[in-house]
Amino acid sequence: MDIDLMLKVYPFFLEAAWVTIQLSVLTAILGLICGTAGAAARLSRFALVRFIGAAYVSVFRGTPALIQLFILYFGGPQIGIQLDAFEAGVIGLGINAGAYMTETIRGAIISIDNGQREAARTLGLSQWQAVYRIILPQAARLMVRPLGVNLNMLIKATALVAAISVIELTYTAQRYIGSTYKPFEMFLLAGVLYMVIIYVVGRGVAWLDRKVQIN
Amino acid sequence: MTDNPEFVQIRHAQKSFGKLEVLKDISLNVARGQIVAIIGPSGSGKSTLLRAINDLDPLTGGEVWLDGVQVNKTLPHRQYEAHINAMRQQVGMVFQHFNLFPHMTARENVTMAPKMLKGLSNDEADKLAEEQLEKVGMLDRMEYYPSRLSGGQKQRVAIARALAMKPKLMLFDEATSALDPELVDEVNQVMKKLAEEHMTMIIVTHEMDFAASVCDRVLFMDQGVVVEEGPPDVVFRNPSKDRTREFLRKHLAGAK
Repeated sequence: MDIDLMLKVYPFFLEAAWVTIQLSVLTAILGLICGTAGAAARLSRFALVRFIGAAYVSVFRGTPALIQLFILYFGGPQIGIQLDAFEAGVIGLGINAGAYMTETIRGAIISIDNGQREAARTLGLSQWQAVYRIILPQAARLMVRPLGVNLNMLIKATALVAAISVIELTYTAQRYIGSTYKPFEMFLLAGVLYMVIIYVVGRGVAWLDRKVQIN
Repeated sequence: MTDNPEFVQIRHAQKSFGKLEVLKDISLNVARGQIVAIIGPSGSGKSTLLRAINDLDPLTGGEVWLDGVQVNKTLPHRQYEAHINAMRQQVGMVFQHFNLFPHMTARENVTMAPKMLKGLSNDEADKLAEEQLEKVGMLDRMEYYPSRLSGGQKQRVAIARALAMKPKLMLFDEATSALDPELVDEVNQVMKKLAEEHMTMIIVTHEMDFAASVCDRVLFMDQGVVVEEGPPDVVFRNPSKDRTREFLRKHLAGAK
């Protein structure tokens, strides 16, 4: 194993890791927005809205994220959507992550006992008041861990945008393999950096989960 | 205190879940200050009837009136929501499984609705919580979360929460059925206290002794109809219907 080479190139990998982090953060934000909207749609009292929410989930969970990215980035210009690679990466992965988060958020909400809603409604709270004062605060606590899993998956999924030439960790590793012919060292370096990111995020999620528990 | 004999009026209540008819043309008047117990086997429709009074389980036919206002009147969706929320503020409800809000302390459980719906200030709401929690003997647990309370304590906080809205009517849906036997009495004591204050109450219960000691009137329901009703002395000691006798015999035998 060529340690000297790894020490020489790692600053460039750190820069690439920073791009991966930016991608992850923006994807997570967009994913949460899409996931919240998706869950609201899935729980709507209107059948058509529920159908749209369900269709969103099945389409984006039912096809490879890579294909979704290719359609957006390579197919987009054909239908008038011009995005640079980074934008396409964030939007494509964000919408994809949102489909998974839809189910996480919906699952947490429907797991709150119906007696909570009934108790709130009998006191005279409106449906919306019951949701935001009683149901969501409880559901949010249940969401932290499973959303942490979504976040973990999403960070790893950012490796896919190498395929549309976003210069992030995986793409950088591939590029350095081209000039050094050392795939073992280059992928190992990328892998270690992914793990560091995921470890830190995982600790953060665990901390937040403890923090929001009652008592 | 029975100045208004038609304080709560149920007229020809009918309720079906698909083909299953759980309430069959039930009519009932409760006077202001009166305490009515509803007894009967499970599946008799007694909880459904109680839950119809505040429209938690809407009737498929018939009317519910409270203090001269129809609860389940036909209105466009938005107007109905506003109407029913206003009606429900006047009707307290206590559930078998307490349904306290686990993310709020006992105090917050009591103050949440008055603050949100009646615009009470923090100080006013805290004073109200002290009053109500004192009434149910829970003042010393004011800052406890429900997870740290026993079943009986939870139910007493739930009663305080309902009372904080200053309801005209209290509905109890098997309030002691989920409690360990040694915790039943502390909840019954609170209900007795309310009875002494002439709160109008409709109580669905399995506890015949308690029903006999506090209620003015007992309804025995079976298979969606009121089989027999009258003062507790008569219904419990000298029922006129075979079904009532059979139920009481089984129930009292089972309880011992």
